[in-house]
Amino acid sequence: MTDLAGTAAGTATTTTPAREPLLKVEGLTKHFPVRSGLWGKGSVVRAVENVNFEVHPGETLGLVGESGCGKTTTGRMLVRLLEPTAGKITFDGEDITHTKGARLRKLRQDIQIIFQDPYASLNPRHTVGRIVAMPLQVNGITPPGGVKRRVQELLETVGLNPEHYNRYPHEFSGGQRQRIGIARALALKPKLIVADEPVSALDVSIQAQVVNLLRQLQRDLGLSFVFIAHDLAVVRHFCERIAVMYLGRMVEVGTRQQIYENPAHPYTRALLSAVPDVTKLGGHGRIKLEGDVPSPIDPPSGCVFHTRCWKAQEKCSAEAPVLLPNPNGSISACHFPETGEVV
Amino acid sequence: MTTSTSPAAAAVDPEAYLQVRDLKVQFPTEDGLVRAVDGVTFSVRRGQTLGIVGESGSGKSVTSMSILGLHNPARTKITGEISIGGKNIVGMKEQQLQRLRGKDVAMIFQDPLSALHPYYKVGAQIAEAYKVHHPSASKKEATTRAVDMLDRVGIPQPQRRANQYPHEFSGGMRQRAMIAMALVNDPALVIADEPTTALDVTVQAQILELLEDLQREFQSAIIMITHDLGVVSQVADDVLVMYAGRPVETGSVEQIMKRPQHPYTWGLLASVPSLHGDATVDLVPIKGNPPSLINLPTGCSFNPRCRYAGQNGNRSFSEVPELRPAGEPGHNVACHMSFETRQRLYAEDIAHAGVAQ
Repeated sequence: MTDLAGTAAGTATTTTPAREPLLKVEGLTKHFPVRSGLWGKGSVVRAVENVNFEVHPGETLGLVGESGCGKTTTGRMLVRLLEPTAGKITFDGEDITHTKGARLRKLRQDIQIIFQDPYASLNPRHTVGRIVAMPLQVNGITPPGGVKRRVQELLETVGLNPEHYNRYPHEFSGGQRQRIGIARALALKPKLIVADEPVSALDVSIQAQVVNLLRQLQRDLGLSFVFIAHDLAVVRHFCERIAVMYLGRMVEVGTRQQIYENPAHPYTRALLSAVPDVTKLGGHGRIKLEGDVPSPIDPPSGCVFHTRCWKAQEKCSAEAPVLLPNPNGSISACHFPETGEVV
Repeated sequence: MTTSTSPAAAAVDPEAYLQVRDLKVQFPTEDGLVRAVDGVTFSVRRGQTLGIVGESGSGKSVTSMSILGLHNPARTKITGEISIGGKNIVGMKEQQLQRLRGKDVAMIFQDPLSALHPYYKVGAQIAEAYKVHHPSASKKEATTRAVDMLDRVGIPQPQRRANQYPHEFSGGMRQRAMIAMALVNDPALVIADEPTTALDVTVQAQILELLEDLQREFQSAIIMITHDLGVVSQVADDVLVMYAGRPVETGSVEQIMKRPQHPYTWGLLASVPSLHGDATVDLVPIKGNPPSLINLPTGCSFNPRCRYAGQNGNRSFSEVPELRPAGEPGHNVACHMSFETRQRLYAEDIAHAGVAQ
């Protein structure tokens, strides 16, 4: 099954030119052991289960799904904040799954992360200058022209006033704080940025400012992004390729056009139809999913989505579908994929 | 500062269940007077939904709390009129307010985990809300009623669920339990303060649908407070857009979403990414940040962020615009620009970006 999924993931990228992927993830799995009660039986939360994808240089990949689908856990494994239970992460041709020590520090210069909560991710007792200079300091890098100059350059890049160097995070609004977090992530000139819900804590009018900034940085610096978000409209705006996750598994991967216009997996379809659409008043024709996401401790048999799927048949609860290519070019894990356009 | 009780906005709707007229809520603080709400007028009929849209700090939550009389009168200055079913609650005694709260007006809060008590079983909390307004009801009656309500809001196995604690519920289930608690006394007016912000889209769709069903059944008036234009477009009949404590545009949901007239509403619409249209076009964000409510910009408080400020000489910076009719009946806008200018600018600059497409 692993092999099949692997080849399928490979075929999904045929739309992009055949070049070495910057990041390659194969069979990535994360299990968290839990214990119910003091002497209770130990069980396992299957947060991420056999996930495969690739990110090419200069590409933005969106990871979407509901809370608890494993998208944040995946992101954290990519920057090696969490140790994978199984699987392999290859970055720039090097296996980084279990890199340690000085080599890991070196690696983190190339992979940076932007966190969701701009209030919790900046040290309130450090000045902005110190926060943004920290990655340089930790790695013992003295850029030409000095640290201060580089930091001020970075502040300017993200649209902040370089004179804010000596201010503290509490003097900034949410959107400005997120810009500080972005400046910090850019300090080491990374090749890949994992952005974990970078705009979901911001007000609507500020969200657009930050999304535009990220798009501009991507264009100007040729960065690759893994963009984790639950807001499908924001993802559509930022990402060329999108991977949809459900209960720790990848259910569909495709280009923006494939995912948003011809989604093959019923879950992708349901997610899209649940997004409140300003252009359609009154909200009719929604696909209503019943109930909640099942527990990842005891996931359903067969296709994990069959408990909420309106197309589920006997086969779905017996046999787990693998990621297979669809006529439209995307790959999805479904026994009965949808065809046709979204209305 | 000029006050704005424009004739158009102050029109009295005799059929309205809730009538708010020129409401002002001010908090004196050490740093100065916070004008959280500065002259808001609106009304809601039974069976209708009013969406109040605005960013954090626009005064939407303060407005809703004053409708429930939740502000501490010692620290808050409230003027104007809030009439619920014909009774003005501004200046009402706490005792009288308590009789109103829960029975006539109920609130659904954003975060059900902090709004539900972690130590009490969900069923007991709903039963308590019922007993407060039905003192003669026995414990058994109240419990039966609680289980009925849990069933009504679509919680499977309500009997068993009523005996569980809030932490045993998922986010969507908790919000359903909150709704059950709010509706247990058949309130005529329900205020939902960002009821789906903490939820996933699929669960959000379930909750919005549930609210619609319940509204049809109980004919309640709903005020939906949110920053999400998508949610408003799904459930609201009328919309009130607030900025820095003042109403900037009011109208039917169709007028606000399809033919918006205020640059702030334009900004909101053009900055929200859409599921349709060209994804490669940059969004058009509103520049800058919302202002401090202690030190509002003079004139139109939106002027530092408005692309079109200064079109009419100095008026944007010196004169507070009042809500005035904006062409169609029921549509009011507080902007100094003329109707023709606004029409032209909307077509030229806004109609192609974000969800305004």
